[in-house]
Amino acid sequence: MRHVISVLVQDHPRVLNRITGLFARRGFNLESLAVGTTHVPGLSRISLVVSGDDHTLEQVEKQLNRLIEVLKVTDHSEPHVERELALVKVHVAGVEERLAVKDIQEAFRARVVDVAQKSLILELTGDSKKIDSFLEALRPYGILEVMRTGAVAMSRGERTLKVREKREAV
Amino acid sequence: MKGSEALLKALEREGVEVIFGHPGGAIMPVYDALYDSPIRHILVRHEQGGVHAATAYARASGRVGVVMTTSGPGALNLVTGLADAYMDSTPVVAITGNVPRALIGSDAFQEADVTGVTMPITKHNYLVQDVNDIPRVVREAFHIASTGRPGPVLIDLPKDVQLSEFTGTFEVELDLPGYKPTTKGHPKQIERALEALEKAEKPILMVGGGAQHAHGELLAFAEKTGIPVITTLMGLGAFPGHHPLWLGMPGMHGTVAANRAIHHADLILAIGLRFDDRVTGKVSRFAPHAHTVIHVDIDPAEIGKLVRTHVPIVGDARLVLREMLKGAKPLRLASWWRELEDWRTRYPLRWKPRPHLQAPEVIRAFAEATGGHAIVTTGVGQHQMFAAQYFPVTRPRSFITSGGLGTMGVGLPFAIGAKVARPEELVIDFDGDGSFQMTLQELATVVKYGLDVKVVILNNGYLGMVRQWQDLFHAKRYSEVYLADSNPDFARLAEAYGIKGVRVERKEDLMKGVEAVLSADGPVVAEFKVYHEEGVFPMIPAGGAAEDMILEHPEEREEVEA
Repeated sequence: MRHVISVLVQDHPRVLNRITGLFARRGFNLESLAVGTTHVPGLSRISLVVSGDDHTLEQVEKQLNRLIEVLKVTDHSEPHVERELALVKVHVAGVEERLAVKDIQEAFRARVVDVAQKSLILELTGDSKKIDSFLEALRPYGILEVMRTGAVAMSRGERTLKVREKREAV
Repeated sequence: MKGSEALLKALEREGVEVIFGHPGGAIMPVYDALYDSPIRHILVRHEQGGVHAATAYARASGRVGVVMTTSGPGALNLVTGLADAYMDSTPVVAITGNVPRALIGSDAFQEADVTGVTMPITKHNYLVQDVNDIPRVVREAFHIASTGRPGPVLIDLPKDVQLSEFTGTFEVELDLPGYKPTTKGHPKQIERALEALEKAEKPILMVGGGAQHAHGELLAFAEKTGIPVITTLMGLGAFPGHHPLWLGMPGMHGTVAANRAIHHADLILAIGLRFDDRVTGKVSRFAPHAHTVIHVDIDPAEIGKLVRTHVPIVGDARLVLREMLKGAKPLRLASWWRELEDWRTRYPLRWKPRPHLQAPEVIRAFAEATGGHAIVTTGVGQHQMFAAQYFPVTRPRSFITSGGLGTMGVGLPFAIGAKVARPEELVIDFDGDGSFQMTLQELATVVKYGLDVKVVILNNGYLGMVRQWQDLFHAKRYSEVYLADSNPDFARLAEAYGIKGVRVERKEDLMKGVEAVLSADGPVVAEFKVYHEEGVFPMIPAGGAAEDMILEHPEEREEVEA
């Protein structure tokens, strides 16, 4: 089963290395990984997409928690918001195609972020399935390049993955 | 003060008294500072010897072992030893020099990405970029290495950082928000464990290396409940090896009583062990009747990793046992003990007597001559299993061996580390001719520091364990395991180092040989030429289960076993 996991980490050098190394070494299947800083200086948040059975997922969480720089791990099994950003460069040969691509763009509420004589770059945000469908729709026109960020996720409602900004000494 | 001096000062503040190591270009500033430091340094002949010695120092003393090397090749020579310490959860701090910061990543002379290489085999590691971070990093490294599930931590120190002027403070507070090991077991789970225990008819207590420091509590708990005790290879000594409640070691070369007890048990209380495959055999066939598994471990990731756990208790073995002791009651296990007693008396550990000198009888002779009062270290192979079977370990931290990684060559450096940690103790390294030759250069370290260690080589002229497997599972195709045609004369080799050498070849000279080793004033290397085709039994073939246990070599079987 597919799981989206959020990991709060100290943004030390090599921390990503430790996480990806852990997945490689323990044979866990890492489908995507997205990282960014948070509003707390020194802390980054990672979204991981992992497939596996309950036992594997339990081990993924426990092994991530063993890493010294990992503060919190959450498996988003509860209602959550999931988004991915994609940039798609698509080939447009003539006016007819340009109009057709524009229809798809509007249907998916994507944005045009670059226009050239024979290509467009479209930007789309949504869950991964939406992006998959968007790419399927564009495929007949000739996709030249795709860049996807991988999923990011956040729990709905009150649930948060926060830590106190002022930390206590151990 | 330079960074190098700050490092030594920080180590002193951690109570470090001894460092095992080997100098080189990228760590020279620290070695220069060491010249004026009260910290003792043991110069080894190879970095691998240093990390193994630091590991045994930690295992024998319960403190953190420290090893120091230069960059690149020096640091990379630690890899096997760090992996060994990691697998056996041993607190070690490794300090490595690195090339100056400006050269990092440039493929400079003696440069290697040591933090990258050691990431999967250390609990944590550091590349120090700022000289003023040194006290904090050292404080964290020792804290991480020695708390929770212990393990090795590496500190990589670029040369220019060692030479920079230190202007920071040594008064650092630990700030590790992601690291808070749970040491106290959950009261509810402890209660559940005690309830299950009271209802059990065939319970067993399995103990691993994580309970070495809980020996007092363990003894009290076992005696109060009357529960049978099984100790893994890493757990040997955590419970006295001559105690009537002890059934022996489980697993591949465990006793019949221990393995049958596991097979028939309805409850397993496992403390400080990780269900290694050498213990469980095929996991799906492990302990088929145990409807309750209680697993006490300080590392939550170990609980349920391999064996289904019904009562998980995350905590320190000692604290959990202390709590459990409060509610523990004597268990009514008379009929269970009758079964166990039957297996124990019918199938004691034994070897088939032969006209040749035999490894088990050499070990038994040393056990008897010393009353089991020694720290034993071993290499890896048949001799290791024979030592585990026939040397009854009576005290904790007294059987130092490579469990998880199975690292050949650890015997001699382990003996060095153990002797440095506990100089008043008799230290015996039971080694194999194959294992010993992987690190024998450390005899020089023995000589340099006058370390009184007794090396007992059980020389069968083979890589004995591999030969045994080839014998049983590869139709006696003895591929590349014969050593006798090229082994050195070990006694003369010892003498070349200025160490007393002893050689015993005949059965009738055994006691004389044991006497010569134990009465020698100073180190000895003794070679006992033992029967070349001996096998370690009982044996459960890899991937098998307790029911698949072989009690003796199939071709030598005289009676049909029940």
